[in-house]
Amino acid sequence: MADVRLRNVRKSYGDTEVIHGVDCEIADGEFVVVVGPSGCGKSTLLRMVAGLEEITKGEIAIGGRVVNDIEPKDRDIAMVFQNYALYPHMSVFDNMAYGLKIRGVPRSEIEARVEKAANILQLKPLLERKPRQLSGGQRQRVAMGRAIVRDPQVFLFDEPLSNLDAKLRVQMRVEIKRLQQDLGTTSIYVTHDQVEAMTLADRLVVMNAGVAEQVGPPIEVYERPETVFVAGFIGSPAMNFLPAIATENGLSVGEARFRAAQRLEPGRNVTVGVRPEHLELDPASPTLRVRAELVEALGADTIVHGTLAGAPLLARLPGTQRVVAGDEVPLRCAPEHLHVFDGATGKRI
Amino acid sequence: MRRARTIDWVPHAVLLIGIAIIAFPVYVTVVASTLTTPEIVYGPMSLLPGPHGPENYVQALSEGNAKTSGVGVGRMLLNTLVVALAIAVGKIAISIISAYAVVFFNFPGRMAFFWLIFLTLMLPVEVRIVPTYAVVAGLGLVDTYAGLAVPLIASATATLLFRQFFLTIPDEMVEAAKVDGAGPMRFFKDVVLPLSRTNIAALFVILFIYGWNQYLWPLLVTNDAEMTTIVIGIRRMLGNGDAQTEWSIVMATTVLALLPPVAIVILMQRWFVKGLVETEK
Repeated sequence: MADVRLRNVRKSYGDTEVIHGVDCEIADGEFVVVVGPSGCGKSTLLRMVAGLEEITKGEIAIGGRVVNDIEPKDRDIAMVFQNYALYPHMSVFDNMAYGLKIRGVPRSEIEARVEKAANILQLKPLLERKPRQLSGGQRQRVAMGRAIVRDPQVFLFDEPLSNLDAKLRVQMRVEIKRLQQDLGTTSIYVTHDQVEAMTLADRLVVMNAGVAEQVGPPIEVYERPETVFVAGFIGSPAMNFLPAIATENGLSVGEARFRAAQRLEPGRNVTVGVRPEHLELDPASPTLRVRAELVEALGADTIVHGTLAGAPLLARLPGTQRVVAGDEVPLRCAPEHLHVFDGATGKRI
Repeated sequence: MRRARTIDWVPHAVLLIGIAIIAFPVYVTVVASTLTTPEIVYGPMSLLPGPHGPENYVQALSEGNAKTSGVGVGRMLLNTLVVALAIAVGKIAISIISAYAVVFFNFPGRMAFFWLIFLTLMLPVEVRIVPTYAVVAGLGLVDTYAGLAVPLIASATATLLFRQFFLTIPDEMVEAAKVDGAGPMRFFKDVVLPLSRTNIAALFVILFIYGWNQYLWPLLVTNDAEMTTIVIGIRRMLGNGDAQTEWSIVMATTVLALLPPVAIVILMQRWFVKGLVETEK
């Protein structure tokens, strides 16, 4: 097991730089999830750690050893791919044993290690089968088994659950989390799914356009997003963003007035972020009134769609609410749940 | 259901007629190989097998006929088998490794090499036959197995086929193998080769028959009767008008020439079907 250190890692294809200097220290045994929209460079970053992409600039170290010029096979990592990448002509056993066989591990030890991994992943009855005879979830487990038997210093997961259906994804997510806790192996997991990111990560790296916008524990990222992008990306439904102007005693969003937690220089243009789940129904002393344009009753929640100061506004109210489209809905938001970002840079104030 | 049944026999009938048209000449050949030459040449030939089969085949195998300088069909079959196997195996071996290089390696001039290989498609044997002969003769390879096989081994078609197949192997599988620690040789041996099994089998059949049926090149490059291939042998057995052709021997030879390709197709058919049924990857 080992720590992973990324120092000012950059990647260019020709003249186009796609990763603009990522710094990140991953502690021994930590589970770090790199999350971001497609094309943000998260897979490229992972592939650089694996050694499948060259590092244009900067340094990646695994267990204190700089691996920039080290071949993937010598980096002591194991990778789980999105499409499983199993060898179709080999049995499950051979798929899992292949890496060990190449390394010249004795037959008896290979058998012991594969059996152990198969037990953990409940693959025992499937060892003789070929990948095509397995379901998607089973294939994914074999791909993980292939990583486990190697007992590497770092696990790398590249969107491993994207090819599974929704139900299986939830189940495998739990399995991965449990597995990582039991094995305690340092893991880097790439996904575009924020639920996976939130539930799996010890720490999140939120990436956008080749930049790590924020690195921190999931709840911290949720509670204190550093940029408008992070605020909008983490959380579902996404955070509401309202154009606002700072006043003497708070913020003004069109007609509505908010009390702010911090004092801002009056007249400054800012963006106010409010999570839909932080808007409460408050007929007595509402901060804002929104005409419900659309109401989605989900049972556990009721989502009210409206518009405030020209920006769309969603409120997620608990339980079933007696709100229909066309109603004026009185809402309130606690000052501590307001996120204020600079209007121009999008950075948190 | 009733309507379907009435329509059903039409394609069957068409197929049966088609098979009859194709199979009849073969049947006639087989029957003729069991008759004597006068029986074939004079009067209506019997369509039922005669009693002379064994002697015809023994004569064909051991000494051929007057026009083959005493070289038996057995020798010709051996020659042809060696040449056809060399061509099939050689072509597959060379094209699979060149396709592997073109697809999985990044080296300067990769595409240039690919297009060079591709260009040779436009130069069939017939076009380059004279310079090729000059080279082979210069190397002293006339009347040798190497001279017969080597010039026919270079093959763009097989390279292209393998290239197309290799392109369907997902990048992630290549990367998984890299992470597993498989170098280029290991990956070729453990992954690419087993996955190419069915393609190799299909190509082997096609190329074996291609080699077996070669006519023009063996005609040029062999003078010694001992090096005659079977197709050339059959051609030599046919008279030029002044001597009577021993049709019974010719027919027996033809049947013998037919057997190895048929055997190859039947043996390899299992692999085809397997390849079609199992979609691996």
